[in-house]
Amino acid sequence: MSETHAHTTAFVRDAVLPQQPPPATASGPLRWMRDNLFPNWINGIMTLIAIYVIYRIVSGLLPWFISPTWDQPSLSACRALFTELGQSTHQACWGVINDRWRQLMFGFYPAELYWRPTVALFVLLAGLAPVLFGGFPRWFMAFALASPFIIFTLIWGGTIWVPIVVALGLVIAVVAFRGLVKRNAILATFAGIVLPILFWLFLVGPLTAVLSDALPIGLDPVRSNQLGGFLLSVVIGVAAIVLSLPLGILLALGRASDLFIVNKISIAFIEIVRGVPLIVWLFTASLLLNYFLPPGTSFDLTLRVIIMVTLFSAAYIAEVVRGGLAAVPKGQYEGADSLGLSYWQSMQLIVLPQALKISIPGIVNTFIGLFKDTTLVLFIGLLDPLGLTNAIRASTDWNGIYWELFIFIGVLFFVVCYSMGRYSMYLERKLQRENR
Amino acid sequence: MTMSDAAQQDRNVNRAAMQVTDEVAIEISAMNKWYGTFHVLRDINLTVNRGERIVICGPSGSGKSTLIRCINRLEEHQSGRIIVDGTELSSDLKNIDKIRSEVGMCFQHFNLFPHLTILENCTLAPIWVRKTPKKDAEETAMHFLKKVKIPEQAHKYPGQLSGGQQQRVAIARSLCMKPRIMLFDEPTSALDPEMIKEVLDTMIELAEEGMTMLCVTHEMGFAQAVANRVIFMDQGQIVEQNEPKAFFNNPQSERTKLFLSQILGH
Repeated sequence: MSETHAHTTAFVRDAVLPQQPPPATASGPLRWMRDNLFPNWINGIMTLIAIYVIYRIVSGLLPWFISPTWDQPSLSACRALFTELGQSTHQACWGVINDRWRQLMFGFYPAELYWRPTVALFVLLAGLAPVLFGGFPRWFMAFALASPFIIFTLIWGGTIWVPIVVALGLVIAVVAFRGLVKRNAILATFAGIVLPILFWLFLVGPLTAVLSDALPIGLDPVRSNQLGGFLLSVVIGVAAIVLSLPLGILLALGRASDLFIVNKISIAFIEIVRGVPLIVWLFTASLLLNYFLPPGTSFDLTLRVIIMVTLFSAAYIAEVVRGGLAAVPKGQYEGADSLGLSYWQSMQLIVLPQALKISIPGIVNTFIGLFKDTTLVLFIGLLDPLGLTNAIRASTDWNGIYWELFIFIGVLFFVVCYSMGRYSMYLERKLQRENR
Repeated sequence: MTMSDAAQQDRNVNRAAMQVTDEVAIEISAMNKWYGTFHVLRDINLTVNRGERIVICGPSGSGKSTLIRCINRLEEHQSGRIIVDGTELSSDLKNIDKIRSEVGMCFQHFNLFPHLTILENCTLAPIWVRKTPKKDAEETAMHFLKKVKIPEQAHKYPGQLSGGQQQRVAIARSLCMKPRIMLFDEPTSALDPEMIKEVLDTMIELAEEGMTMLCVTHEMGFAQAVANRVIFMDQGQIVEQNEPKAFFNNPQSERTKLFLSQILGH
């Protein structure tokens, strides 16, 4: 001890004090109510007012919801039932859901083929499981990689050669990248992007024609305009989500890159795509995109929409991921560099795992927005669930019905979006636990 | 003097084991570096032989960190030459990656990867850069973790370790690449006083095994015990260099005298 404390009384503690349990706090429902609902006069009055308001809202809505109309075949039948029971006609007519839920789910998909999108849904869930949750055997991942092509075949039908040849394009991308990455990382990246695109544009058509002539295997084709309902929303939403995440990450890396051209192209892409409303891009997809493709290639409208929605959401993902990249301390980049890791290795192993972890809430937020935005395809004539409500109202049975359909559609979207939100929280907690 | 004195006194440093050879490890000639228009390193000439232990000191902003960061190209120099292990640092990425995998570096803030376990931190570069099989890489990693005396922490994450333990892991992580040169950028500056000694002991052990070391540090006790040359930098220049005894007892330049009186004067 220094001299300044010489005047204080000497004190030495020899024993370490044992740990004590924290003092017990009173609990029980009454205690909880006093703490949370009636801690003082003003809060108590506020609680009572809030309870009254909630009561008024619920008591106004419940009678509308609880309505014995599940079996009614038409809106007029519902009204007749209400008069017969002597009840107010301000009640829901749920018969429309019972009558038309298949249409809201599948659009004008041929009824005898409903099993195909249903199986596709299970393939989707099985394919997503190993990606979303850890602890699956390796071959599940192979199944996950194949599942988009299986789902495509199930939903659109036609020859199985189209998805196989398209998948071949991806193999070309991987082989080109792997083969060149040792020589020159930039060249490899370029080849890995450009070669498959050229392959898809110019070789997929002739190649599939030859193969399907030689070996015609396939399912009954379903035209894109028969696709509709929630099926269409899920197809567009899931495809765009799956495709926009890697594209968005690449754009974010491009924007953070020192390479002048890569950097400027990424910035231009992000700013232009993000700065124009999605609806404009959808009109572009439905009207203009064919001008930019080689003559003779006719491109399915749904696929064009998927591409547009993907590009749109990739721009948003890129900005979210850029935030994550900026939040990774500079020392992490230097640590990776000092060990001799290459750019792609340090991104893949060190920077992106940390950046993406930070970005999870933003990414999932973007995906939820994207999924709900799929309903905008209504404006270019695709029959998503909202578009189908017009079709349903056009029948004489259900002329004038609105709320029941919108509530049903709202619940469908809510279930999916809420699940995404919960998954995001699960993932955050899991990563938090794994690396404190 | 400070903590490091104690580090030196309760341990007999085996200076005899520290052999300096004639072989040149690092050669820096007429090297200059600017940050924008600011001339941060001016006409640096430095030759380091294999087995040398060099301590670089100087006031903050004197360019000492920048100098050793130039050696593995974390910073780019604009003129002059840097030749490490016979390979010249240029904009050729292949040379840079080759030099980085031969030169280990420890940072002030450790820069461990928080999302990987201690063991994974140590095996990452051997597996991905050296293409060592995972099992061999893990054996090597455990060997070096034992050497820095924390094998029992191998499956924890960096965030669960103390600062001193993290810095020792960082040293082990560099050693797993079997580097021929080690750079230390103020390895003890971010540590609590109680933990400085354990890190310095590890570094002394490394020196005794003949590692070529360049350390930016203010631990003058360490410099006296281990270094065979002390370099004093100010305003981006090497102002004075000498063997430690002469450097501390008989500094030549006024600037060095002032610096030494300030850091040793209490």
